[in-house]
Amino acid sequence: MDSVLSLFYENREFIFLIIVSIFLGIEVISNVPAVLHTPLMSGANAIHGVVIIGSIIIMLQADPTNYFALILGFLAVVLGTLNVVGGFVVTNRMLEMFKKKDK
Amino acid sequence: MTELLGLSILELCYIAASITFIMGLKMLSSPDKARKGNLLAAYGMGIAIIATILFKEELTADKWLNYTLILAGLVVGTVIGTRMALKVQMTAMPQMVSFFNGMGGACAAVISLVEFDHILHTGEVELGMMIVIILGLIIGSVSFSGSIIAYGKLEGKIGDKALPAGQILNIVLLLAILGLGTFMAISGEPQAMYIYILLGLSLLYGVLFVMPIGGADMPVVISLLNSFTGMAAAFGGFLYGNQAMLTGGILVGSAGTILTVLMCTAMNRSLTNVIIGSFGGGGAAASGDGEQGTIKEISATDAAILLAYANKVSVVPGYGLAVAQAQHTVHNLEKILDDKGVEMTYAIHPVAGRMPGHMNVLLAEADVPYPKLLEMEEANDDMSNTDVVLVIGANDVVNPAAENDPSSPIYGMPIVDVLSAKNVIVMKRSMGKGYAGIENALFFHDKNRMLFGDAKDSLEKLIAEVKNL
Repeated sequence: MDSVLSLFYENREFIFLIIVSIFLGIEVISNVPAVLHTPLMSGANAIHGVVIIGSIIIMLQADPTNYFALILGFLAVVLGTLNVVGGFVVTNRMLEMFKKKDK
Repeated sequence: MTELLGLSILELCYIAASITFIMGLKMLSSPDKARKGNLLAAYGMGIAIIATILFKEELTADKWLNYTLILAGLVVGTVIGTRMALKVQMTAMPQMVSFFNGMGGACAAVISLVEFDHILHTGEVELGMMIVIILGLIIGSVSFSGSIIAYGKLEGKIGDKALPAGQILNIVLLLAILGLGTFMAISGEPQAMYIYILLGLSLLYGVLFVMPIGGADMPVVISLLNSFTGMAAAFGGFLYGNQAMLTGGILVGSAGTILTVLMCTAMNRSLTNVIIGSFGGGGAAASGDGEQGTIKEISATDAAILLAYANKVSVVPGYGLAVAQAQHTVHNLEKILDDKGVEMTYAIHPVAGRMPGHMNVLLAEADVPYPKLLEMEEANDDMSNTDVVLVIGANDVVNPAAENDPSSPIYGMPIVDVLSAKNVIVMKRSMGKGYAGIENALFFHDKNRMLFGDAKDSLEKLIAEVKNL
């Protein structure tokens, strides 16, 4: 019990941040028109590419002789970059089509 | 430079990145600002990445290999990602999103693996850390394998397959994953073997989870997996006490979940129903070859006359339109009919195509003006005043079984009420079934005429005929 309590207490600020972010996420997209559902999903997809920061941190903290961590970390950087770059480029391509040319 | 200065700059960059994520998402929900919003979030991400490389750890010479590998990884990922994203066809966008989503999930899972290995070496076990690592691994791997299966299905490389006891197997597997995860978290003695078993089970679960789901549910699944990856990213944020990862991940997690729920609501189904009830597999049990009537064909000439002398025409687009790349052709038809004084609008079902908004994106590409794209409710209100409904490559979203056949797997899903209109023309390649794999009584209805052929060819014929009138 104590360990659970201390877990909660030590991370109370994160838990607070998480709850606020959850409501923010709901609030921010609640008015999205159906037209933009696909680009929004795609844009959100690119944003969760922030995991890449985790993979960079792994690489920064890895011992230069720990090849297991280096190889997997490299793989993670590639995967994360694919998510970020591919995600933003695809979203941009979708949204380019929304440009109004008649004006 | 003092260490404190560097770390402060780093945190400032993370705050800036978080703001761009929030603003970006907000702007993505308004048509005028969406593109800027996407770019803004991309800049924020770039800042966060560069700041992490420069300021997170002191730059030291003995870690040259680490830095080289980071840069190499960034370059490789950027080159491949950009090429894939630029080469993909509009019709294949949904699976592309699914694929990139899977990459993010895999990234989260790999991070967990490395951190677990780190704990194995140091032997410092902390309950909080273990929970976060295990959850990150489970959700990341499920998201990865699930997304890849969804990608394969939409590419047509993987068919709908339901295992005999699929649902029970899935539940057992899920319980096993949760059980093993809990055991690993509280046992306090990390063992390499367990984490790989957990990895294998989670990957398997992702496969089995998406495998039986077919047809109309695919958009929901992609959206759900998207929010999964968001959560996995957030666990990574917890792991490193990194606010940018945390806010970015949670934002996507919650926004993705809401989007998923919005889609389920649009189909009048609950999320559990989507996840547990198998759509594609269950279809076999429902309305089989029962009530078949006769279908009536219509020639392009007759169809053109019907269209040209109508007051109001409504188009119901579906995946077939995307496959035939007929978005520009349909827009041409609209312009020609407009010259003849015929008002043509589009009735967009929320889940038409393979993703919500798929049809909107497709038609926007062809410069169809926004006011012409009606959401389903609006279009249905107008249906009784509509003379001709042209169903182009859509099937399940106009299937009356959703309203009157309780045994149908799509029963309860709202549909575009085409039968309220005076005439219906369904343009289809063949009498094949829709993605949900069920018969459509609409095709046999008195009001309906079939115009067989590729959507683009048929539309071109229609345009030629209308011009000749």
